[in-house]
Amino acid sequence: MSLIDIFGISGSAVSAQSQRLNVVASNLANADSVAGPDGEAYKARQVVFQAQLAAAGERHGVRVTDVIEDQTPGKRLHDPAHPMADADGYVTHSNVNVIEEMVNMISASRSYQNNVEVMNTTQQLLAKTLQLGQ
Amino acid sequence: MLDRLTSNLRFHGEALTLRSERQQVLASNLANADTPNYQARDFDFGQALRSAVAGLGAGTLAMAPSAGQRSSATLLPAGTLSLSSSSAGTSLRTPQQAGGDTRLLWRTPEQPSIDGNTVDLDRERASFADNSLRYEATLRFINGSVRNTLSAIRGD
Repeated sequence: MSLIDIFGISGSAVSAQSQRLNVVASNLANADSVAGPDGEAYKARQVVFQAQLAAAGERHGVRVTDVIEDQTPGKRLHDPAHPMADADGYVTHSNVNVIEEMVNMISASRSYQNNVEVMNTTQQLLAKTLQLGQ
Repeated sequence: MLDRLTSNLRFHGEALTLRSERQQVLASNLANADTPNYQARDFDFGQALRSAVAGLGAGTLAMAPSAGQRSSATLLPAGTLSLSSSSAGTSLRTPQQAGGDTRLLWRTPEQPSIDGNTVDLDRERASFADNSLRYEATLRFINGSVRNTLSAIRGD
């Protein structure tokens, strides 16, 4: 019964989207963190999605192949009174773009909902198929 | 004689199998709505059902139903081989699975996106809902047919 395989496909998508949401949460939580003594501030992370060949023919699930770090330099603010300020009086902040992360979050949660909806529909169809001929 | 009782069911059975195949393809499109460079796929349901039913027509002439199914399985790959070179692996596999010509085609993107993904979420959702509804309709046809046959047998 090939409808069963949809749970594998949509399940992989739901898990990938929840990992994306996790990364967004981590980025947003660290949006205001500043550089430590080593001068390295938090770097925004992004997930990389890739289509994954499912067992049945050319149906694809999703998997997260990599979590990459955004290498753009964080913004530097002049604040000599700050305890983390360097010799020139600059504080390095994380390079998280809050607007981008919010958009990312909305997109991830919508995709998550979509895939849950797909699984709900499939579950209903399967239940009706099981009652066939009764 | 006995296979006449179920020959009507077999058409709807083929349709049901193809509907579930298509449901799977659409679910995979929806799952990959955010995957870069993913190409949305689908197949021509009418064409697939026609080729599945063409295989059935030969099958109902033969006495044993298994012989009919085997003939549809051996005839179809030969027909699809010459046409599809892009997805030869699946075109050989899926017709035997589904009894129909489920060659996957690519969707034409109406609003291409910069990451090379061609999934149009609205269209895929609409197709998914449409396909679920038709799947349910096929289920009801089968149920009705079974009920009719049973009431004819019982005679009450």
